[in-house]
Amino acid sequence: MSPSLAIYRGLKHAGIDFAASVPCINLQQLLILVSDDPDIIHLPVTREEEGVGLCAGAWMGGRSPALLMQNSGLGNCINALASLDLLYGIPLLMIISHRGVKGEPIAGQVPMGRLTVPLLQTLEIPYQSPASGKGEEAVVASWEEAQEKRCPAAVLLDLEYWRQA
Amino acid sequence: MKRIEAISIAAGAAQEQNALLISNIGYPSRELYSVCDRPENFYMLGSMGMASSIGLGLALARPERKVIVLDGDGSVLMNLGTLATIALHGPKNYLLVILDNCSYGSTGSQPTCTCYCTDLAAIARGAGVRKVEEANDPEPLAQALKGQGVVVAKVEAGNAPVPIIDLGPKEIIRRFIRSVQPAEPS
Repeated sequence: MSPSLAIYRGLKHAGIDFAASVPCINLQQLLILVSDDPDIIHLPVTREEEGVGLCAGAWMGGRSPALLMQNSGLGNCINALASLDLLYGIPLLMIISHRGVKGEPIAGQVPMGRLTVPLLQTLEIPYQSPASGKGEEAVVASWEEAQEKRCPAAVLLDLEYWRQA
Repeated sequence: MKRIEAISIAAGAAQEQNALLISNIGYPSRELYSVCDRPENFYMLGSMGMASSIGLGLALARPERKVIVLDGDGSVLMNLGTLATIALHGPKNYLLVILDNCSYGSTGSQPTCTCYCTDLAAIARGAGVRKVEEANDPEPLAQALKGQGVVVAKVEAGNAPVPIIDLGPKEIIRRFIRSVQPAEPS
């Protein structure tokens, strides 16, 4: 199974029916799968923080939301994750392309690549970094954890993950 | 028109339409709480700039229910991309009301760019929003609240002397969700 299809199947298995996204090259196949799914309301947004707001509203309206983005976007979301989702207890599944780690060719990705896990740890947001073939289960488990703890939960998909076609 | 007067008109319109109301952080939420508290009001206590986005997600999730967002000029300027997203995806049951007092009213009334040169209604139109109204008096505002899209209402700077909201975040969201999803467990 392709890495993108595994994540998509995880979203479907988890019951995700609302998605906001800012693209990453590694998410392009997944974004097509999500866009083409008639049972998922998908909004491409202008900035990741906007997606946090949209997903919070959708969850209050009874939907199961996911935010698809690059880890650079995590930095754009911090205040909304803290003073909206964590403050009120709003679950959110974050599917994050984790750039700037081992094998990254672009220097500009490296600072946020290094900061991604420490930022999540500081926010006390649970995260998983699934290896080959484990993407689907990680997505399902993350959304379960988000609902159970009423908080955001992240699935970090690094360069190695996407190479495993 | 004072902002609390505009908020009172919006609260009345929300009651009449059984609408859900998302209210911006700071004094706007406090003023709404003091003039018309309802479980259908979601009071933002943080995440400045997110009101319009929260309301949009909610309106898309509950297409049968009118959603009115009370936002401010400073907050919309912080999340201007929202207007482009609203233009493309805003459903019929969504109305963003921008109460433009040309200032950051909750932090000491420092001026925003709308005080000098920025026209939020023009920005909304430029973003592609088809229905943009300007309503600077009570009558036109009451009329515009029946519609969809974006309404920009110029209001006076300054805050009403209202107390802090004595509800915690978990209580605000618990009763709000119950009013949004009455038949479902929250």
